Amino acid sequence: MFGTKVAVSNLSLTVRRGEVFGFLGPNGAGKSTSIKMLLGLVKPSSGQAFVLGVPSDDIDVRAKIGFLPEDFRFYTWLTASELLKLHGRLCGMPASLLRERVPALLDLVGLSPHREKRLRDFSKGMLQRIGLAQALIHEPQLIFLDEPTSGLDPMGRRLVRDVIRVQRDRGATVFLNSHILSEIEITCDRVVFIKEGEVVASRDLRAYPDAEVGVVARARNLSAQTIAGLSQWSTSARLDGERLTLTTHSASVLPDILRYLTASGSDIFEFTPQRLSLEDLFLKIMGEDGGL
Amino acid sequence: MMGAWIMAGVTFREAGRKKILWTAVLAGSAFLALFGTGMHFQLKDITRHSLPPFIRYQLEAAMLQVGFYAVDLLAVVMTILTSVDTLSGEMASGTIQAIATKPISRWQILLGKWMGFAGMVAAYVAAMFGGVTAVGYFIGGVLPQHTISGALLVFLECLLVLTVTFVCGTRFSTLTNGVIVLGFHGLAFIGGWIEQIGAMTDSPRLVTVGVVSSLIMPTESIWRRASFEMQSSFTRSLQFSPFSNASAPSVAMLGYAVVYLLVALIVAIYLFQQRDL
Repeated sequence: MFGTKVAVSNLSLTVRRGEVFGFLGPNGAGKSTSIKMLLGLVKPSSGQAFVLGVPSDDIDVRAKIGFLPEDFRFYTWLTASELLKLHGRLCGMPASLLRERVPALLDLVGLSPHREKRLRDFSKGMLQRIGLAQALIHEPQLIFLDEPTSGLDPMGRRLVRDVIRVQRDRGATVFLNSHILSEIEITCDRVVFIKEGEVVASRDLRAYPDAEVGVVARARNLSAQTIAGLSQWSTSARLDGERLTLTTHSASVLPDILRYLTASGSDIFEFTPQRLSLEDLFLKIMGEDGGL
Repeated sequence: MMGAWIMAGVTFREAGRKKILWTAVLAGSAFLALFGTGMHFQLKDITRHSLPPFIRYQLEAAMLQVGFYAVDLLAVVMTILTSVDTLSGEMASGTIQAIATKPISRWQILLGKWMGFAGMVAAYVAAMFGGVTAVGYFIGGVLPQHTISGALLVFLECLLVLTVTFVCGTRFSTLTNGVIVLGFHGLAFIGGWIEQIGAMTDSPRLVTVGVVSSLIMPTESIWRRASFEMQSSFTRSLQFSPFSNASAPSVAMLGYAVVYLLVALIVAIYLFQQRDL
């Protein structure tokens, strides 16, 4: 609670180890507050949170957690190398290990040429990159990234995606909070939607949804009889020149449709299922006003 | 405790990067130059008037007290200005979040910062006291009484101010914090004068008002005790001036100040642990 305002209530979610988890919701939904509670920065008025199997206020578990705050800021008089060394020391890393990790991380986030530059001379994007590096300095098992691509150019956004993949490949869990839904869609294994402090929906982005799906195909030699025959799978089918659009009840029938079209003598140049984008899904769940 | 030492180290370095510290060092250096010049001309005038050596020595010693008074003021102001935004500023900017999510307790963060500033203040007080003592010795040919006791008491006074700044920093914005702490110090200053006037005019009620203000904020009492320790017998005989005392605070008041400091530090840690970041 913030004063009399309830920021998060009845929030119940589980993040699986090793997955990239997206945490979505409109402004003021309680995403950052939830992350802060999981990190012990904010005390919940009631309820429990466990991180890596232990209560979230456990100090020692933080040695296994990395965190990039939204809009990362730090002592501007430190150089990039000094900042990483400081955070490494706070995580209990020995100097010998830091001598290896600091250059490697600076290289990972593309800041090696700026290792001795002070943070006061960094652009917003560079600050975000060094913030990402400090979150990874101790090779954490769980990484919270709060709007990691905020202020980054396309190269920076690509870099963040690559870094997240590297972390997932080494077995780390990534908890991602972002407004950029296209980034989430590319990066995450699973997402939950939060609204007014409660989880309202979740989606597994790696599994193909077995639900109503549209298809756009480009084909030649399609007869009216072939089009009519599509009705056994399709609720609607329309040919406009070479462009065929149809809707099915289930994605599972798509291979049957494709076999049918080929067998009927049609030449298929393109056959593209039209998935509901995450943005469409977001708007559908939250409403056009985002729950405001 | 390792985390506290790391925070102390980074805070000490941070303080050294602040312009306000170097402004205070410049102001201190300018003051020492001015003080030395003043003492030099005072000595010339005293020599011209052929005053007896005892009177001459006592006048130089009184001048020395003026120097320590200025050092006390500079040290207190520098302590407040360098530390006033260390908690509130970092909480407002979110800087503290990257630290507080590391495997380090909040009490270690606060204590580490406190130790870092304490180290910086110790260096400043030592340098300024050394400077005034050197000017007094090499130009005026006088040495204060109990300089080290005086310096330690002024250091204690600065620690009190620092700790109250930390307490307020856990709850208030930088600007509000500065206003509160300077207000408290001003209250103690005025209270100290009221107590002096009460002692001189034999007015117990005024003394009581002064004592109460010292209990609320004991900084002025600590300075007056420091001044009492360092002043010469002649200056003491003046009874009442900004740089001498009509009534010196007791040792019990010093004990109270130490307890006050420890309690304030514990309160600061408690408030910092309780608040959302």
